[in-house]
Amino acid sequence: MTVLTKQPPGAPAPAAAGGTPRIRPSRRRKQRSGYLFLLPWFLGMLFTVIPFFASLYLAFTDYNLFTEPNFVGLANFQAMFEDPRLIQSLKVTFIYTFVSVPISLAVALLVALVLNRGLQGLSIYRSVYYLPSLLGGSVAIVMLWRYIFGNDGIVNGFLGIFGIQGPAWVTDPQFSLSTLIVLNVWTFGSPMVIFLAGLRQVPGMYYEAASIDGASRWRQFRSITLPLISPIIFFNLIMQLIGSFQTFTQGYVMSGGTGGPADSTLFYNLYLYQKGFTEFEMGYASAMAWLLLMIIAIFTAINFIASKFWVFYDN
Amino acid sequence: MALLDLPLKRKLAKQDQPEDALTGTPVSRFSRHLILCLVGLVMLYPLMWLISSSMKPSNDIFRQLGLWPENWDFSNYAQGWTALDQPFHVYLINSMIVVIFSIVGNIFSCALAAYAFARMEFTGRKLFFALMLGTLMLPGHVLLVPQYIIFSQLGWLDTYLPLIVPNFMATNAFFIFLMVQFMKSLPKELDDAAQIDGCGPFRTFIRVILPLCVPAMATTAIFTFISTWNEFFGPLLYIQNQDLYTVPLALRAFMDSEGQSMWGPMFAMSVVSIAPIIGFFIAGQKYLINGIATTGLK
Repeated sequence: MTVLTKQPPGAPAPAAAGGTPRIRPSRRRKQRSGYLFLLPWFLGMLFTVIPFFASLYLAFTDYNLFTEPNFVGLANFQAMFEDPRLIQSLKVTFIYTFVSVPISLAVALLVALVLNRGLQGLSIYRSVYYLPSLLGGSVAIVMLWRYIFGNDGIVNGFLGIFGIQGPAWVTDPQFSLSTLIVLNVWTFGSPMVIFLAGLRQVPGMYYEAASIDGASRWRQFRSITLPLISPIIFFNLIMQLIGSFQTFTQGYVMSGGTGGPADSTLFYNLYLYQKGFTEFEMGYASAMAWLLLMIIAIFTAINFIASKFWVFYDN
Repeated sequence: MALLDLPLKRKLAKQDQPEDALTGTPVSRFSRHLILCLVGLVMLYPLMWLISSSMKPSNDIFRQLGLWPENWDFSNYAQGWTALDQPFHVYLINSMIVVIFSIVGNIFSCALAAYAFARMEFTGRKLFFALMLGTLMLPGHVLLVPQYIIFSQLGWLDTYLPLIVPNFMATNAFFIFLMVQFMKSLPKELDDAAQIDGCGPFRTFIRVILPLCVPAMATTAIFTFISTWNEFFGPLLYIQNQDLYTVPLALRAFMDSEGQSMWGPMFAMSVVSIAPIIGFFIAGQKYLINGIATTGLK
């Protein structure tokens, strides 16, 4: 960043070093137009920063939208640790995240690897695999999922061909979350596209050199591909984790808004919604939002620290 | 922010380079194609089943696993169209209104901010840029309660304003980021030339930079279209009046009036609701794939 030199207002801009006269508006004017271009963004930041601190304050209050917030100290946080539904919603969200994120990243990487080298029709495959990730969060598709996994939906129909009696996927608390994990894995296309873009930047000569030295395909993958795309894996991991901690629509539509059966699809944000906007416990909901923020921050920090040991930066 | 720089360094530059020479024996290539096609079929099967079920009589839907309807029945569409309080096109138009304003707002405000970040020098630029990147990772639900309070104090509940206005305030950092990356790839000499010709920053932006940013704006428009069209949480929170329902809320209303006879019409309207997304996807593939590869946007 340039350091501003103090200048009396109206003073002519100093001539550029070297003496060649350069036409440019005075710094002051440049400064002002920079802020002018950012005006909408400044408004947006106000609209982010103020609610950010307001929700921090509300987290320590008892507030129902209709009466003044009432400061209660840490009571909301204490209540959270004794709230079995909150613990359940954390459990649901964690299971969903830690099962579906690794699986979808692994599938995305695997498919990207198969697609990457020397295959015709790359762009067609890429489009076909990518399409579901545009639809995965839509109400229509989650509703469709209910029927696909319904008692006599196509999944059980398919299992029936092999004489297997499928479970009641949607209504059995043991299985309901797994249908949503499958739905999340179905949307592996977006990390796959990012992997593909990264894989195409790995110089082909590395592989040529390695194969001259007699390295096997697996060895090449371990020693060339994996280190070089590790920053992309890291990026995808962070973005997928943050995204899936915030899942809402899937749980809401699958359970008709309840998080059922037996709270088995009660995602954290779904419970937050119920607390804040059907029970109007806005203070408690704000405290929940801050707990989630802290959880996400901790996981992101852990990832950044761990990345020092496995992410390889080329430059 | 090493994390975010990364995919960007490998940015648009060499996206669609010519395909590598074919590798492997014909047999291994064939088997790879076979596997890829099978995976593709499994992935598309739910969508194809949805489309075919929408053209079957409700009673047939779960009796047949096959995709080709034995008895064609388009009455699902007619029935679904009129099954709710309002004919379905009302919900389509409602969604369209929100989508169009959101696109305009995003392009307008994000392009302005991106130009400032990419091209101008002013005190605090780096700090603001870091702040902007920070909001990328901020979970929206932290802001939810206070924003809801603000909107309700303004009397904006049951209007589209809470869904639209934030887009005019460059709150979507992804798009700013995408445009900054794009603008940085344009030669700086363009700005200098415009300046020598006497353009101020605003005219340089409008006449020189914006016309060159059409690809980045197209990416922004398509992503905004898809995410706004699918958006469920915002409308659920702010829209109670059934006449103002957007498409996702209307679909949920179908689910509430569930009954076996409604499956056909519900599937038909599901097809109607995802058709624009598939259409935009086919039309705008190039921008989507480049955009997602650049920013890691979903």
